[in-house]
Amino acid sequence: MANSEKENALINLRGINMSYEGEKILDNLNLYIRDKEFLTLLGPSGCGKTTTLRIIGGFITPESGDVMFQGKRINDLPPHKRNINTVFQRYALFPHLNVYENVAFGLEVKKVPKDEIKKRVKKMLEIVDLKGFEHRRVTKLSGGQQQRVAIARALVNQPKVLLLDEPLGALDLKLRKEMQLELKKIQQQMEITFIYVTHDQEEAMTMSDTIIIMKDGIIQQIGSPEAIYNEPKNAFVADFIGEANIFDAMMVKDDLVSLCGKEFVCLDGGFGENKPVDVVIRPEDIELKPASEQNSDLYGVVQNVIFKGVHYEMSIQCEGLEWLVHSTRGWKIGDKVGLTLIPDAFHIMKRLYADNTNHVKAQVEDGTVSFFGQTIEGVNLSDGECVLTIPPTAIEVVSLDMADLKVYLESLIYKGVYNELIVYDYDTKLNLLVHSMNDEQVATDIGIRFDKSKITVSSAEEVQ
Amino acid sequence: MKKWFNRIYMTLIYVFLFAPIVVLIVFSFNESKSRSNFTGFTFKWYKQLFSNELIMQSLWNTVLVAVVSSVFATLLGTLAAIGIYNLSRRKRAAMMNLVNIPVINPEIVTGVSMMVLFVFIANFFGIELGFWSVCCAHITFCVPYVIMNVMPKLRQMDISMYEAAQDLGCSPNRAFFKAVLPQILPGVFSGFLMAFTYSIDDFVITYFTSGASFPTLPTTIYAMTRMKVNPQINALSAIIFVVVLLFLVISNFCTNKERRKEEI
Amino acid sequence: MLKSKMGSVPFLVWSIIFIMVPLGLVLWYSFTAKDTGEFTPENIFRIGNYSSIFLKSINLALIATVICLVLAYPFAWMLSRAEAHKQGIMMMLVMLPMWMNFLLRTYGWMTLIENEGIINKMFGFIGLGPFEMINTQGAVVLGMVYNYLPFMITPLHSVMVKIDRSTIEAAQDLGAGFWQVLFRVQLPLSLPGIISGITMVFVPSVSTFIISKMLGGGSNMLIGDLIEQQFLGSTYNPYLGSAISLILMVIMLLLMGIMNAFDDDEMQGMVM
Repeated sequence: MANSEKENALINLRGINMSYEGEKILDNLNLYIRDKEFLTLLGPSGCGKTTTLRIIGGFITPESGDVMFQGKRINDLPPHKRNINTVFQRYALFPHLNVYENVAFGLEVKKVPKDEIKKRVKKMLEIVDLKGFEHRRVTKLSGGQQQRVAIARALVNQPKVLLLDEPLGALDLKLRKEMQLELKKIQQQMEITFIYVTHDQEEAMTMSDTIIIMKDGIIQQIGSPEAIYNEPKNAFVADFIGEANIFDAMMVKDDLVSLCGKEFVCLDGGFGENKPVDVVIRPEDIELKPASEQNSDLYGVVQNVIFKGVHYEMSIQCEGLEWLVHSTRGWKIGDKVGLTLIPDAFHIMKRLYADNTNHVKAQVEDGTVSFFGQTIEGVNLSDGECVLTIPPTAIEVVSLDMADLKVYLESLIYKGVYNELIVYDYDTKLNLLVHSMNDEQVATDIGIRFDKSKITVSSAEEVQ
Repeated sequence: MKKWFNRIYMTLIYVFLFAPIVVLIVFSFNESKSRSNFTGFTFKWYKQLFSNELIMQSLWNTVLVAVVSSVFATLLGTLAAIGIYNLSRRKRAAMMNLVNIPVINPEIVTGVSMMVLFVFIANFFGIELGFWSVCCAHITFCVPYVIMNVMPKLRQMDISMYEAAQDLGCSPNRAFFKAVLPQILPGVFSGFLMAFTYSIDDFVITYFTSGASFPTLPTTIYAMTRMKVNPQINALSAIIFVVVLLFLVISNFCTNKERRKEEI
Repeated sequence: MLKSKMGSVPFLVWSIIFIMVPLGLVLWYSFTAKDTGEFTPENIFRIGNYSSIFLKSINLALIATVICLVLAYPFAWMLSRAEAHKQGIMMMLVMLPMWMNFLLRTYGWMTLIENEGIINKMFGFIGLGPFEMINTQGAVVLGMVYNYLPFMITPLHSVMVKIDRSTIEAAQDLGAGFWQVLFRVQLPLSLPGIISGITMVFVPSVSTFIISKMLGGGSNMLIGDLIEQQFLGSTYNPYLGSAISLILMVIMLLLMGIMNAFDDDEMQGMVM
């Protein structure tokens, strides 16, 4: 990202922080938005995407950081003085006004001459395909029509930027697909910047020039849809965008990765030698051959086949892992197949927990260590700081009433055999890595229980 | 800045709403009869209040009227709501106009019009206004509130429940008690409560229909306020306030519990 | 039983006896001469003598209604924007004084504003007053505002909570400043609440007879006091009293009609 490009950006957010009732929603957010681009903020609910949009729209003021618009700081500029318009999540049409009056609202408050208002509203209604609906009550319109009124009402003001907050969320699938294309068309036709918020990755992929993937108030990756799909930066992005196999692997050295006891050539490096990594393999990058040909890298058995219209989606048991494979050829359940992986198929990602375990600092007092409201007695260490090593297998996911601790499930990634969970403890504000064989609902509270026999305590110096 | 303005404004409104009540309660413990100088602490006005026979008699009359008229109004109103629910659109609209008359009409007009009727009846039979006339008047202005509480419950109710109960072998009457009544019961109950509180609190209509020998609490309070300084009024206010507060806290507690149960 | 229309019969009979017949009697009395018992329009004509009382009642009730609206509107709005769990308690606090008999509350104000009352005493501390507050028209308006303010807050609040935050934000987004948002969006959307609030404050204010007696002294007679005098007071004359009641009722019906017309025209399609 060239610096000059950053300075010429239309909108620039620098070091934005925002929290609500003590919880961080945006954590030092930095991003810039170019003129006339279709940019999408994508992420699961609670990731901070709507907050970011509301900051740009002026409905909330960030606690710290700068909101720059065309080079000027606009942190304290109220929404009605910004040349930015919004299409709200549930449209927020004015129920006491008809279609024409709704669309004309922005022009009327700006005291635009009557006949010009008439002209512009008429033209706008034509663009959104609502000619002849001028005198209808907005409450009598269908969801799709209300959507169009909301878009027309915003665009008629000729904003530099249009903000769209999950505008298609309330529409059915078919209408949503139509509106996606139409929105893209309108954006290109009007030549303005669209900032689009959604949690639907497919929607983001079809429309955007640039996608920003967010999680827990932090930007995970910025890039074109192609770049994000082909080069996801971490397991979360890979899992969120499209379908992927994500496995534990070992980076032997640059361009060489070890998976299922075999070494593969890949096109990635810079992780060091013999470091645990996550490897992402897209289901369509795996080539299947009959096992009898004996020329594949790995061998497995087809467990399940679903015809998806264009391709077959198969689940293959191979080397103890469950592999998701797309193929244009349908195989039968029980077929023995060979899997071939070319270097391009591997996307290597740094692990969030480099050595695959949790290290938690705690205090020793009279041979007793306390952590997360639990205690371990009989520790053979002098008083002072110590480090607990809690392997993910020492934590079991249990129902809330049986739990030692109630935690918030931030993410869950299927690793072929088990689920890798990242949970958040409310009291200590720490994250923990947990392995579980069961599926849990992300963004809810779950209970965990510690198996103290698997936890080791060591002095602080030892670990360093 | 805006937040502070909001807070100050809302506080001022609350101060306005509670100022006279707080003053009444504080001065109920005042030794002297002064309403602006607090000269010392005493319970004597409370003692006097409880030994005031007129007030005790009025309280008894008030409760008696409230119980009788709210029970009767609830029966009459619930029946009426079901009947109106089954009428054709136009008849229903006409009926609802009738229901609305005592609600919309100025209280004083309702009061004097009934007084005219009751005096007429009293003269005819050679009796006096009293318990009977107050009860009839209270039932009349309470019934609409029962109907207004039961009606929405009837409209929300799924009529197929009633039919399902009959389909499963209930007679129409049994089906009503088994399937319909439980669904409209919350409305009946809140209608009853509303009728009861309105009856207890009513002054204007009671004033015109009670005659000379049937004091209720509000009419006695009115007579007392006419005599200007009487700290027993303050003591009575304090007691009523505490009772109301307790009632509200308990009912709030119950509804919260109920809600929590539903969530589980 | 559920499908029976008979349930409404007892109510109908009751209403005829205790609502329709009394109103019929009032109508009949209105046109009956006190002495002879013959038909006469005399009672209605005599009301002209009391036109100043009518005007004063309407005037004071109007002032009280406007003050209630001005005080309640921002309050109800702030309340409707508060967090949902707080709104319940805050609304209960608004209604709590209403559960006390209004005679007691009005008596409380007598204590506060009388010549040697607490407010005058406080003025005294800062070297002002004493002010003559009780037994004035201002005191009557104060009593009306105090007693009926919750009747304005409640309907406003229940309409306002239904106004979505994003509707206001949409108006700001389209360039509307504070006043434009207020007049183009907030007020039109809360109109149903304003109308029922006005009715709920004006009707009892214009027909009150206690507040004026307790806070206004003898010199501030209102329609209600006039009616009371004819039925229970010194100048016993139920024929004239009925005529005044009739006129009061007609004024109210006209007012309701006007208010309803407002409601229907402006609010078509408001119900979502």
